[in-house]
Amino acid sequence: MTAGRTLSVRNLSIMFGGVHAVEDVSFDVSPGEVFAIIGPNGAGKSTIFNLISRLYEPSAGSIQFGEYDLLGLPAHRVVDTGIARTFQNIELFEQSTVLQNLLVGRHSRMSGNALCDFAFLPRVRRAEIRHRRKVEDIIDLLELAQYRDERIADLPYGARKNVELARALCAEPALLMLDEPASGLNTEETDDVGFWLEDIKHDLGVTLVMVEHDMNLVGQVADRVMAINDGRVLAIGSPDDVRENEDVQQAYLGMTE
Amino acid sequence: MQVLFKTRYEDDIRFLPKTGEKIRVGLVVAFLLAAPLLLQDYYLGELGLLLVYAIAGIGLMILTGHTGQVSFGHAAFLGIGAYCHAILMSHGVPFSLSVVLTTALSGLIGMALGRSASKMHGFYLAIATLAFLMLVETLLGEWESMTGGYGGLAVPGLKVFGISLASAWQQYYLDLFFTFVVVLGAANLFRTPTGRSFLAVRDSELSARCLGVNVEWAKIQAFGISAAITGLAGVLLAHHLAYLAPDVFSVLESLKLMLMIVVGGLGSIPGAIFGAILVSLLPVALSFLKDVLPPALGQQAGLEPLLFGLIIVIFIVFEPQGIYGRWMKLRFFFETFPYYRKSSFVRQKSYLKTERMR
Ligand SMILES: Nc1ncnc2c1ncn2[C@@H]1O[C@H](COP(=O)(O)OP(=O)(O)O)[C@@H](O)[C@H]1O
Ligand SMILES: [Mg+2]
Repeated sequence: MTAGRTLSVRNLSIMFGGVHAVEDVSFDVSPGEVFAIIGPNGAGKSTIFNLISRLYEPSAGSIQFGEYDLLGLPAHRVVDTGIARTFQNIELFEQSTVLQNLLVGRHSRMSGNALCDFAFLPRVRRAEIRHRRKVEDIIDLLELAQYRDERIADLPYGARKNVELARALCAEPALLMLDEPASGLNTEETDDVGFWLEDIKHDLGVTLVMVEHDMNLVGQVADRVMAINDGRVLAIGSPDDVRENEDVQQAYLGMTE
Repeated sequence: MQVLFKTRYEDDIRFLPKTGEKIRVGLVVAFLLAAPLLLQDYYLGELGLLLVYAIAGIGLMILTGHTGQVSFGHAAFLGIGAYCHAILMSHGVPFSLSVVLTTALSGLIGMALGRSASKMHGFYLAIATLAFLMLVETLLGEWESMTGGYGGLAVPGLKVFGISLASAWQQYYLDLFFTFVVVLGAANLFRTPTGRSFLAVRDSELSARCLGVNVEWAKIQAFGISAAITGLAGVLLAHHLAYLAPDVFSVLESLKLMLMIVVGGLGSIPGAIFGAILVSLLPVALSFLKDVLPPALGQQAGLEPLLFGLIIVIFIVFEPQGIYGRWMKLRFFFETFPYYRKSSFVRQKSYLKTERMR
């Protein structure tokens, strides 16, 4: 079982061209928790996700997920530890259908061999059907049935965000990182996202780490919030505590000036 | 418009879910099977050659169209396939074993090329593959003891399982057999993890990685499969040419393969076949052009590459989805007549949905 792993980030730092995009960031996310990261644009939120995904190499610090030292793994092995994610600027496979996208979500759990696949051996067919069943559960959960055979390029924005969430869920993660799941959505769609996140947490038991600007959504689903600015942690605590924090208010005021 | 109601997961795994598609593909297959009864030997040979180029086109399509990795070096794999097979055969290796060995060797060389190129993108990849082609072309010319050098190499007669296949129809059926194998195998790839990982690498390396796709390995595999299939086309091509010379496998030949897949429609297997048909008709068009153009222009030596380049550019600018994409639009036009709107191809199925769903 992958449930029960704690994500521990310690003293994480990375520099881009002499500037600290993330500096000395430490936090823990317990199993089953919903942890939100907030902060003004350019604060380093997405960079933290990219570090955990092993897309960037940190200059210092450590990232532990349960018994795994993530810094010892290449990016494509991270999902095997039980971590899946979405991207701020949706990264779907544009020319493929929704179904094909979701099946790639199963990739980490499928054992492919090019020659067996070329011949479409009976066991390849059986595996396809088995994984297809899992995908179908996620399609039902996120109400994507009517889009199943559409190409991503033909989908409206809101549906794409949804498909990306579904694709991440297809990996059956223990921990899911969501980079601005509600950005660009209208209020009705944002409410839907709120409900789905609750479902994902309760029904699937997935730990959630999310970057989000919509403070209503954060207040609604998050157990704890971390506020950062200029790559540094300003505050970690309950949504209300963080909202009241002077440094946090300062950071947001400073931005709107 | 046709709406498919699915009752089983199997329906998505099947190749041709629509009746119309089944009939069309069935007709093509029937024609191909009956061709020796319908065509004279000369045209049968031309049709066989078309199939060989369709195989090579599918090889390049998997790499460039489906995985997004440009290669201007694929003529090298045709050359490696043709030469390796001819050399093995002339050393007494039976056809069936030679095909397997040649395809495997071509695939391995492709994987090695893919490995060194897996960190490269776009322009650099194009240059690297071009350099590879020049290396192979030079090697085929200089390694005289093995390849016969620039003087050329005769290809032993076609003999399968000890039976001599001297007639045009016999050779044609051999080409057709391998065409079926390759088309089926390529189609299989794209309903399984291997092919999906290729498409994923093409559309977003970033999210492919985060979903567990080893991007470097996917590229190496794509190069390997692509090179193996193109090498197989080289084997069949050798028997059509009967006499090999290094300059057959030149940049122009690579350009021809690229032309096929761009014109046919990147990212689709039928596209490679459409492309092969077009490229086969090109010499006819070319000889026609030479007649109608003023001699100063028509007799120019570089007319062929110029035309190839021009067609590639025109298609990339005006019809990036190629002939296959145009065909899909045309079919949609007839299926929805008289309700067709230009924009509706893109968002066609949205009309089926309620306002809320959109
Ligand atoms: N790949 C990169 N190369 C250079 N600078 C980067 C890169 N990724 C992020 N940055 C910089 O790091 C800082 C934090 O960016 P980011 O994490 O995307 O912010 P946000 O909190 O809005 O998600 C920004 O100043 C950004 O310009
Ligand atoms: Mg961001």
